[in-house]
Parts: sequence; structure tokens; C-alpha cells
Amino acid sequence: MKDFDYFTPKTAKEAVSLLVQLKGEGKIFAGGQSLLVLMKQNMIAPEAVVDIKGLSELDYIKFDAKKGLTIGALTTHRAIEKSPVIQKNYPVLSEMEDNLAWVQTRNYGTIGGNVCHGEPAGDPSAVFIALDAKLKLLGEKGERITACEDFYKDTLEVDLKDDEILTEIQVPAVLPNTGVAHEKLMFQKGELGIVGAAASITINPASGVCEGARIALSNVASTPFRAKGAEKALIGKTIDDKVLEAAAEAASKEVSPPSDVHGSEEYRREMTKVFVKRVVRKALDRAKAKS
Amino acid sequence: MKGELRDLKFTVNGRPVELKVKPKTLLMEVLRYDLGLTGTRSGCEVSACGACTINFDGMAVRACSILALQANGHEVVTIEGVADGEKLHPIQQAMVDHGAIECGFCTSGMVMSARALLTENPKPTRDDIKKAIQGNLCADSGYTKYIEAIEIAARKIGGGE
Repeated sequence: MKDFDYFTPKTAKEAVSLLVQLKGEGKIFAGGQSLLVLMKQNMIAPEAVVDIKGLSELDYIKFDAKKGLTIGALTTHRAIEKSPVIQKNYPVLSEMEDNLAWVQTRNYGTIGGNVCHGEPAGDPSAVFIALDAKLKLLGEKGERITACEDFYKDTLEVDLKDDEILTEIQVPAVLPNTGVAHEKLMFQKGELGIVGAAASITINPASGVCEGARIALSNVASTPFRAKGAEKALIGKTIDDKVLEAAAEAASKEVSPPSDVHGSEEYRREMTKVFVKRVVRKALDRAKAKS
Repeated sequence: MKGELRDLKFTVNGRPVELKVKPKTLLMEVLRYDLGLTGTRSGCEVSACGACTINFDGMAVRACSILALQANGHEVVTIEGVADGEKLHPIQQAMVDHGAIECGFCTSGMVMSARALLTENPKPTRDDIKKAIQGNLCADSGYTKYIEAIEIAARKIGGGE
């Protein structure tokens, strides 16, 4: 690993000031569970590391039945996994965390670090996109809010300016008659999904017709991918096997999966179909259970 | 300045430690090379095997994946701090008695994951144990005896045996 300059700001504002001073050479570093693996192999070599792991002001989980969930960027994966508030109101998040890497990584890595890393196979971004989450960013000029689904530009490239840090993830209150689910194809529990899928399905309680669908896929494109074609195939319909098949087919056509040691492009396309069906079925069952 | 030595003050196995390290130094490197505590193994260095597992403020973490300077002000326990002098910890004793240890390379990591588990959850189910050691790879044992040994240790610590 190459040497770097090292700073430990005491507040989020101080971290932003440092980023401004460092003129684009500063890399925000929290738990380092994603970054260190790359830095050790010199795949990235920041000139300066701005270590924000100690900023306890960004470590929180807050819930309001009307407004929804706010998670501080430095909340660990483990805290999310174990949070009674999240297990009760957003179980999909703690389920996703249960399958994210292993205890040691979850104990130290942060949700903000994960979201900002921009790994296309990452689970949190897919689930947050399905949940229509927003991200609060703090920069020199103040705060701005962006939708999670707009945050991802390319592999390991996110919409974070040189002077910005992620401070909070905002998840809206889950609508009634809505179910959310996440699944991924992994050979060992905890691995990055060869393909992953998250779905939020809203149904009309009287007719059972699907009124809302958000489907986000991981590791099928250079960024987390929202399968809008698949969503269109579901909305306005009563979801049965035929409709599900059509949605899965639509998803498999929209994606541009990578080919690597874990799976070929064709295999990932095929698995896209399988996992879209699985998560939509699970989300639908959960939506029905609530009605 | 890049590479400039910085102060590191933390507790290791109950004792205060003071060092000066370069920012790029990993916690595992400080433990193994500066402090001579080689019980924490360097298995893969890419955060995949768990042989370097230690307890950081009571939590199981991978020492190869933490910058040493982040340990400033924190409490680290390594495998060397688990036994009580010559008396093995129940987790260690159970692993020995039950024949869980084969080549022994993953063992310290297994002990540290188990120790963190039993501190947080003194009555784990078999599933809880499997989850706790999910991040500790073992090339020899097939894991079963490690799981059983941890069950035995949990019962012993809980006073059941």
C-alpha cells in the first residue's frame, strides 16, 4: 500500500473543509471494509485519507411512523441488522444485512461507506432504490438531497462532488399494502451476489391489482439497475405466473450483465429472470399479508 | 505529510500500548510485528478468511482490514489475551477436548469469533454459532467440531455442565 496523508476531523463540517482544502485529493474513509482491499492492492492510492469513522454524530437510526427511517451514514451494517426498529418496520433491510459479507465486516463497515463505494454488485443500493430512498449530502455550499437511484454513475463512481460527504440515508414510510423483498444468488452465504434483486410491490387491497412496482437489480450492469421495463409489465395487472414471466423476460432484456469467473453474461441474464420472479413473488406475498 | 509517523495509543489484552506508526499501517501489522503477538494469523490479507479475527471493543473484526490508527483509544483483545494465565478459556478447552483443531491455523480466529458471540449471546443456537463463524474459513476440519465445541463451551460458561 502506498503512503498517504492522514486526517481525523472531529465533525462532519470539518471533514468537508478538509476536502475543500485538499482540492480533490482527499478520500473519505470510514470503516474501510471496501476501500482497504483495493488500497492494499494499489488499485486505488489516495494522496490523503480523511478518516471519519469516529464521527459519532453520523451514527444513528431514527424512525417516525409518518416520515419514515433516517440512518446516519456511519451506522454499521451490524447495527442495521440488529436494530429492533428496522427489524419491525423495514425487515428487508435487516434481512439484506444478514446476507451481507460476515459478522466481522458488518461490525466495522458502515452503510454510508457501502452506498458511496458504488459497487454494482452491492446489496444496500439495490434495496434502497427499491425503497425509493434519498441521500443527504453535505458540501461546502451546504446540504443537498438526491435520490439513491440517481446517485450511481458508473462502476465505483457516484455523484459525490470533491467537497461532499454522505451524511444520511432517508427511507420513506412504507406505503400500506406494500411488500418489499431482497434476494441474491450466492454460493457462500454473504458473498456478493452473482445477481441480486430487490422489489417493492404495492397492491390495491380491494382488487389485488398491482398499483406500484420498483425493481432494482445488482451485478447486471455497471451500476445498480432499476428494471423499469419489468415494472411496467406488472403495474395495472393482477400479478399471476404469466404476468411474472413477462416481467422477468422484460428485465432480462434490459440488463447488460458482466461476464466474469462467477458467471457468463447469458447465465446472469437467465438468473435475472429467476431472481426477479423470486423477489416479486415474495414482495407480493408480503403486500397481500398486510392487506 | 505523507507517511509521517503518528501517535497510536490503545489497550491490548488489558495493557496500554503506545507506538508511532505510518498511517498506512494495518492493525494486524502492529499486533504481529510491533507487539510480537503472532497468534493473530495473516491468512489471506484480502479480508476473505478471518484468520486475523480479533476482538475490538468486544466485537469480532478482521485485523487485516483496519487501519492501526483507528484503534486509537480503543480496546483490542487478541488470542494471547483469552486464556487466564495457564488456564485455558472454556472455548479453547472445548476445542482442544473435542478435537476441533487440526492444523490450527484458523483456530485463533475461531476462538475470537466465538468469544465475541458468547459475550453478546451466552445461549446461542446452532444457527447463531454458524453465523458467528461464517467469516472464519477452515481448510481442514469441515467446521462441525468447531460448532460443537462452541456449543459445549456455551453450556459450560452458562453453568449447565
